[in-house]
Order: sequence, then C-alpha cells, then structure tokens
Amino acid sequence: MSAAKKDLQNPLKRARGLGSAQSGVGHWWTQRVTAAGLVFLSLWFVSLALCLLHADYATARAAVSKPWNALLMIVFLTTVFWHAALGLQVVVEDYVHTRWKEVVSLVLIKFLAVLGALAGVLAVLRIALTH
Amino acid sequence: MAEFTLPKNSKVRPGKHYPAKDAKKPRTFRIYRWTPDDGENPRIDTYEVDLAACGPMVLDALLKIKNEIDSTLTLRRSCREGICGSCAMNIDGTNTLACTRAIADCASGDVKIYPLPNMPVIKDLVPDLTHFYAQFASIRPWLRTQSPAPADKERLQSPEDRKKLDGLYECILCACCSTSCPSYWWNGEKYLGPAILLQAYRWIVDSRDEDTGARLDDLEDPFKLYRCHTIMNCARTCPKGLNPAKAIAEIKKLMVQRRSV
Repeated sequence: MSAAKKDLQNPLKRARGLGSAQSGVGHWWTQRVTAAGLVFLSLWFVSLALCLLHADYATARAAVSKPWNALLMIVFLTTVFWHAALGLQVVVEDYVHTRWKEVVSLVLIKFLAVLGALAGVLAVLRIALTH
Repeated sequence: MAEFTLPKNSKVRPGKHYPAKDAKKPRTFRIYRWTPDDGENPRIDTYEVDLAACGPMVLDALLKIKNEIDSTLTLRRSCREGICGSCAMNIDGTNTLACTRAIADCASGDVKIYPLPNMPVIKDLVPDLTHFYAQFASIRPWLRTQSPAPADKERLQSPEDRKKLDGLYECILCACCSTSCPSYWWNGEKYLGPAILLQAYRWIVDSRDEDTGARLDDLEDPFKLYRCHTIMNCARTCPKGLNPAKAIAEIKKLMVQRRSV
C-alpha cells in the first residue's frame, strides 16, 4: 500500500523532502573555531601536566589555583566539552538512523557535555577560591 | 543504523565460468550479475576474453562479452568517449567510466567489475539513479535571473568570469563521485552528494546568475550540505579529474561569508 503510494509520487517530492533546515553553518563554524582554540589550549594543558609530572598533591593544587592557570583550565574544559558535543552530534547524525535513538542520543550528548563542563568549572573554582 | 553488511538476499555468490578457447592473450573479467526475474542472489560470473581480438578499453571487453560470449550481460553505454557518463561502474575497486578506463591500467590479476556502490540495482551493471537525478532537479540547475533578458543579445560574461566555471562545467553527472562517498552511502536520502553540490556551485559562481542567495538558502542544511566531511573519495575517483570537494568547500566559505562571525 505505502509502496504503491510512493510510486505515485514524483521522485522530486522525495528529493526535496522537508526542505532546508536553514541551519548548520553555525555548527560548522563553531566546530572549527573551537578546534583552532584547542590547538593552543591543548599545548598549554600538556605543558602544565608535564610540569606537574612528579609533583605532590599540594603542589598540583597550588599550580591549578594560580589565576592564569585556573582561567585557562576553565576555558580549556568548556572548549573540550563544547567541541566534543559538536563532533559526537555529527557521528550520531551520520550513523544512527532510527529516529528515537537519534533524538535520545543527541539530547543525552548535549546534557552530558553541559554536565561535564559545569563539573569541571566547579572543580577548578573550588581549588582556585578555597586555596 | 547504517548497514555495514549486505542483507541475506544480496550476498554475492560464485557464478558461471566462461573459458576462452585458443586465446592468444587471455584476460579474466569477474563481473557482478543480478536479475530481478529469477529471485536468485547476485553472483560473480567469470569471463575469459582474448585481448588480442579486443579493443583497449574495459568497455570494449564488456561489449565483446555481450556480443560474443553472453548476450544476457546488461550495462549502460552510449558515447564510448567519456562524455555521456552512461558506463559509470566500479572497475578494479574504483568508480570510473568503462569507456575511458584502459584494461592495461587495471591491476594485474582478474579485472573485477561491479555496479556503482550502494545504489539499488536494476540489473547487472545498471544502477537505479532516479533519486540522484531528482536531487539534481531539486537544485533547479539553470540560469535564474530577476533582470529581464537583453532584447537582442545573450547575457554576456567576461573571460575572467567564464574561467570560474572551468573545473565545474565539465561534470557529466556520471555519479562516480557521489556513489564513492561514504556520507552519501549512509545519508544519500537527504545529503545531496558531491556531484549535485558541484553542480549547485557551478550556478552559484556563475556571474550571470542572480539567485545566489536563494541557492545558498536551499543548501543551508545539516544534511543537504554539511554531511561532507572532506573524505575526498569524490576527487580521487572522478573520471574527468574534477574536484567536487573543493566546490563544496567554496560553498561552505560563502555560507560563512554572508553571516556575522
């Protein structure tokens, strides 16, 4: 029945679908800007981690609580989670084609990314403000 | 989910063998066969062709097989010089035109020939390109203007502006690029694919076209345009040596250019 109905439609109906969503460029641009930012932030993060390689807990805590380090750590964490959410969204859109699974995964990814970023920021603030 | 294995009734089985008799220069061709009429799974038939009595191109061998060995072999062909795009198929692991692909350029061993990947098969090497052509129609691929046409002459274009169409106008819509693109395999229903996006850019960049904004509006979509992840299979496989990925990148740049950063 549905196949017969489909055959009555012009193929152009299927190709035009629901039309353009009038979005996507923001996602694309933000993904690239966060990627470029992460090049520098990752270098800073790795250098900080290397400096703390054999340090004890108190030294590490003191290093993170320095104003510049705390600020950069917050920027690094939020950018990582932001970029990860955008990237995972693309993966889900590419491969998950059962609509309810797709919607649940996309909402979950955004929720977990915000949760992760907030937890990271809170942790850095606690260290920075209670030292 | 995206399908990574073939469904049961699409699993390819070994088929018939047609040996060559008294061949001076035998070469083996392994060709995908499927017909909707017998309810059988697809199979790979093996044909031995005497290259001493055959033209140099893969299409020559296919036509020799059809004319002299097995007339049931079904394929599309027309111009035999790389301008119609009819004989696009997967030869030796790459989408290309059978008429411009020399047998001598195929890797040593058997020459494997399949229809264009991930498209519905009508019969043997003939894919169903209905959706592909409908997607082409959906971008309304003709000159769209608001100004009235000049009364007694055509719309003029400077040589510099005409140059911008080089590398775009040569596309023959053979579908080699789109059917080589994993993004088009998984999301071809909505993603326009490299061929159609290259064609869209051909009209966006045309100095005589006055509907650029509407064209960009139509493409601004997470699926129609942004499924391109610069995998670059399109540029690697294009039998005309074009670069659809670059055309897509140019569209993405225009999308950013017209908005506030």
